[in-house]
Parts: sequence; C-alpha cells; structure tokens
Amino acid sequence: MSDVTKLIHEYLRHNKKFPHVFCAGCGHGIVLGSLVRSVHALQLPKDNVVIVAGIGCSGRMAVYVDFNTVHTAHGRALTFATGIKMANPELNVICVMGDGDALSIGGNHLIHAARRNIGVTALVLNNQIYGMTGGQCSPATPQGDMSMTSPYGSLEQPFDTVDLAKAAGANYVARSTSFHANQLDKLMQEAILHPGFSVLEALTPCPTQYGRKNKFRHVVDMYNWLKKNTVKVEKWKEGDSRIPTGVFQNLDRPGLEERYAELRQSLQPQE
Amino acid sequence: MAHRRRRKRKELFAQGNEAVAQGALLAGCSFYAGYPITPSTEIMEIMAQRLPRIEDGVFLQMEDEIASMGAAIGASLTGRKAMTATSGPGFSLKQELIGYACMVEAPLVIVNVMRGGPSTGLPTSPAQGDVQMARWGTHGDHPIIVLSASTVPECLEMTVVAFNMAEKYRTPVILLIDEVTAHTREKITIPHEDELEVLSRMQPAVPPEWFKPYAEAARGVPAMAPIGQGYRCHVTGLTHDQMGYPTSRPDEVNEFMTRLFRKIDNYYHDVVLVDEYCLEDAQYAVVAYGCVARSARHAVDQARERGHKVGLLTLRTLFPFARPAVERLCMQCEHVLVPEMNMGQISREVKRVNNGRSRIRTLNRVDGQIITPSEILKAIL
Ligand SMILES: Cc1ncc(C[n+]2csc(CCOP(=O)(O)OP(=O)(O)O)c2C)c(N)n1
Ligand code: SF4
Ligand SMILES: [Mg+2]
Repeated sequence: MSDVTKLIHEYLRHNKKFPHVFCAGCGHGIVLGSLVRSVHALQLPKDNVVIVAGIGCSGRMAVYVDFNTVHTAHGRALTFATGIKMANPELNVICVMGDGDALSIGGNHLIHAARRNIGVTALVLNNQIYGMTGGQCSPATPQGDMSMTSPYGSLEQPFDTVDLAKAAGANYVARSTSFHANQLDKLMQEAILHPGFSVLEALTPCPTQYGRKNKFRHVVDMYNWLKKNTVKVEKWKEGDSRIPTGVFQNLDRPGLEERYAELRQSLQPQE
Repeated sequence: MAHRRRRKRKELFAQGNEAVAQGALLAGCSFYAGYPITPSTEIMEIMAQRLPRIEDGVFLQMEDEIASMGAAIGASLTGRKAMTATSGPGFSLKQELIGYACMVEAPLVIVNVMRGGPSTGLPTSPAQGDVQMARWGTHGDHPIIVLSASTVPECLEMTVVAFNMAEKYRTPVILLIDEVTAHTREKITIPHEDELEVLSRMQPAVPPEWFKPYAEAARGVPAMAPIGQGYRCHVTGLTHDQMGYPTSRPDEVNEFMTRLFRKIDNYYHDVVLVDEYCLEDAQYAVVAYGCVARSARHAVDQARERGHKVGLLTLRTLFPFARPAVERLCMQCEHVLVPEMNMGQISREVKRVNNGRSRIRTLNRVDGQIITPSEILKAIL
C-alpha cells in the first residue's frame, strides 16, 4: 500500500457514504489532506482529536474523517470548541471554518477566543467567497472583486485574518496556502501543537464560485496565482509587497484551560 | 427511614435565582456558560463562585448568549450536565442553537427569567411574555419541554426536574421563571443527596464498532457517547441517519423526525406536571403558572372562605401542554379563568383544548406589575 492509501484507510470513515461534496479543483480537500497528514505525523490518538466545523463547504470536511466530529452552526464553531476544550482539556480540539464563518458571522467569537487564549486550533479556509451559498461577497473578498452580491465589484475593504488574530492576542498565528502543501503541513503541525489559541489561515481556491466570477479560466490558474502572489514572511519584511506566508505570532501565554486548572487547584481546601 | 428523617437539612433564606443555582448543583450540573443580564444575573454569579470549587466544575463568561449556548452544548457533548441562564433579549439570541440542541439531542438546561418585553422592555419588571417563544422560538418543527416555577422552593425543585428530563429524554429543557419569583426571598430546604432522584443520560452498551449514535436505545431515546471515549461519532445539525451522517432520504428523514417527537410525546404522563388545588368539587377553575399561580392560590382561598367552589390548576410543565388535565377541568367547570402577565399566551392553549365546553376568561397584565390575589378574586366573583 502506498502511504496515501494507508492514510486513507486509517483516517477516512469507511461507513460514510462517499463521494464528498467538494467541486473538482476545490482547495478545501488539500487542507483536509494536510490536517490528516499532520495528525498522523504528530501521532495524535484518533479518540483524542475533535474536529469542530462551521457551516459552509469548508465545514463539510468534518464528516469524512474518523475523529470525533461536530458540525455546528454557521459562525459558531469556536463557541462549541471552547465548551469542549474547557470540559475536557485532554482533547485536541481543531476548528475548521470558512472565511464567512470565521470573519463575518463568527468574527466576534474569533477575537474572543484569541483574547481568552483557549487551547484550540482554528483553521480558517479562506477562499475569499461564500462558496456554499453560491458565491456571495465575504469579508475576505478583495476590494473590487466580483461576486453574486458585488456584481459591480466589492466596495469594502477586506479583513486580514492574520492581523486580526494577532491584534486580538492569539498565541500562534500563521498563514499558508493550498498551493504550498509542504509549508501548510509544517504550519499545521505547529498550530496543533502550540498551547493556547492558534490560528492558521489557508488561502485556498474556490474555482466554482470565486474563480468563475473573477476571470480565472482554469483551476490551475488559481493555484498559479497563489504561487505568484505569495511570499515568505521573511522576504515580505524586506519589502516584498506580495501576500506574506509563514508564522506571524509565536507567544507562550498559558491557555485558558491551564489558568483555570490553576485556579481550581488554588481553591482546593488546604489540609 | 426514621433515621433519615432525623438528619438535619440545611436551610437557606434564598432568592429564586439562588434556588435555581442550588438545584442545578444538586442535579449534577458541572458546566455553566452565560452572559450577564437582569434579572437572571444572580444565577451566573453564584455559579461563578461555586463551580471552580467543585471537582471538574467549569464556569465561563462568554462574549454573548449565542456563544454561551455553543459552549454549553459543546460541554454537553463531552458528557457534562450543562446550563445557561438568561432573560428576554438573551433568550432571543439563543434560539438558533436551541434548535441545534434539539437536533443533535444534547441534554441542556436553559433558564429564562422573564422580564417585560419586547426588546429591552422592562429589565427589572416581571412578565410572562416569552411563553410561546419558549415553545416555538427556534425555526423548524421540533418538540421541546418548557417548565415553570411559582415559588422559591419550586425553583430548586424544578431545576432538578429540568436536568433530569434533559438527561432522560436527551433534549434541551427550558425553565421559565419570572422576575418576581427570581428575586423573592423565601426559606428553602436543601435536600440530602440521597433524598433526590438524579438521572443521567444513557451510555452506549456496545463497543464503538457496533454503536449507532442515533439509533433508538430505549423509549425513542438514543444512548449518548461522550466525546473522547473511543466512539468517534459525527454530530451535525443537518438531518441525519442513525449513524449521525447527513441524509435527505425521505424515509430516513421521516424516521428521525417522528422519533424526535415520539420520544417526548409517548412519555407525556412523565413530562407533564401540574398541581391541583381544591379542584375536586370546583365549579370555577383558575389555570395559572409562575408568580401568578401564587396570587391565584390566595384568591382561591379567599373565594372558598366566601363559599364559592373555586379551584386552581397550576401548570409546572407549560409544554407539552397539559391537555388531559385542562380538558377535564373544562368538562367539570362552567368557567375557567386564565390570568397571565401577557396578552394571552397560555389562554390560547386552554381555548384550543376547551372545545366550547366551558367559558374561558382571561385576565391580562402587561404593565410590568404582578397580578394580585384581589384582582383574581374580583374576576372570579
Ligand atoms: C445563521 C446562518 N446564516 C446564513 C447561513 C447560510 N450560509 C451557509 S454557508 C454560508 C457561507 C459560507 O461561506 P464560508 O464560511 O466562507 O465557507 P465556504 O463555503 O466558502 O467554505 C452561509 C451564508 C446559515 N447556514 N446560517
Ligand atoms: S463551491 Fe467553491 S468552496 Fe465550495 S466545494 Fe466548490 S470549489 Fe470548493
Ligand atoms: Mg469561503
């Protein structure tokens, strides 16, 4: 068996009715692949891994993998994840959200999870569009870009997930893309291992909804765009103006669940 | 037994909100997530004090009421008994995830201390305006259990009942109290642990490879595997099959939806709780709940003193609606009075089951004031 086949057997649900919902060329599957490879590389017991997903194409990935999986409500994944982690700090809780999920309807939860520094890994699959609902503008859609609800080009300035998470106090903040699978794997493992709240943004193509409206004729063009328009954060710091990828914040504040355990300890009646 | 009776029970002079918190802890609640709002805040403050002091107890102040619901459901999925409490505006925000809890069958207690509405309304005044919202607030057809309490001791008692029903039927249970009951101080007695019936959800009896997380185990209720114990289930708000995977196959959807209703409807006699007071020979009945039931009891006593055959039906369970008890009442009594601090949310249920047998009258107040015994007495005589 090839390594990939082994991973498929080990981590995909056998009793789940495939095929999956992702369109041909969708980048979400690449991020899911990276997630599975990372869990495998870190040798996390499957029973301990909890995937908490929002609603969107990205959120659908939870159902395919053989972990504890919770497909929540649009925007609310982090609130469930917070409850799960606080109730059982032993678990590896990984949140999967779209850009609409994490930055729009769930934007408040994102900044508060960061402020609280809850020990959860937040994956933001940013395809710059509402994929599932048919290609409407999202808070990550670049100014001027086309969507079903910005037929004359978006007028609004998008959020930068990395800046937002950094400012809100997340312990670990990183960005990669579904073109850079090796970097994505590396950052994914770091994000999962890092104590406290970590945010990993994956820029990822949605050929069906975003590509179609923004003059990407072929799926490959979208991956090439990611290749050409991103640069390692180190080079970006030297003045390159392309989208930086890599690690942007690396703090070691203790996670909320650790501070809570200390509080509980201190309140124990002394003998 | 004799030995048990001699043991001294702890007595407290407590508010309704305090009694709710006491009841929750007695019922085994170990997780609270909430957002402050008058007149429910004391529940949250007591939980903030107490939970970090008990083993595994978790208290969280979340960023809003939606987040509080999410966190509480998450905790419930890991096997915790979880609670959140709020009031009108926060209860509105919780609605989407109340439906989620119904859908994934997560045991959970949601307390709503009713204040005047709509909108910000009357933050410090009592009302009963959220009764139909508790029943129908979340979208989609769904069953739900809605309980109420009319005295401080009942706040404790009904909170324990709420947890037990949530666990037994794997469902969110809403406890509706009102500002007056929440802030009235009365003596409550804390029962000993062994005097209380405390129920917990059914756990899987088979190993993970045989387990079907949404297949009926008993009474229409599936067993529930806590996250992290080897069962690796899928939980989704999408309509799902017995494995928990999304489905839109009409036969599977139908099976799921009918089971969801059946698990509560079939145990109606267990879920529907009412108190009957002086009803045996009554020719005139009052149907009430919450603080109004208290006024009604005084009114009934006064009417009886004057020789009128009046009785009271207090609804402790608001939904499912106490149809058999109210039907009986309507057969027996010529007149039924439904006093409420809203424009008629339970009276419409009474009228629905009456079928023209009895004359149903309403007495409504929506000015943030309680309905007094003398008002009820006046309406009766
Ligand atoms: C409360 C609520 N509002 C709206 C929706 C409809 N809805 C479903 S997915 C979605 C957007 C998905 O976009 P994104 O989060 O970027 O995920 P993607 O599909 O692009 O992966 C919306 C608006 C919903 N399910 N719930
Ligand atoms: S619509 Fe876009 S995001 Fe959704 S599956 Fe298709 S390509 Fe992926
Ligand atoms: Mg998107």
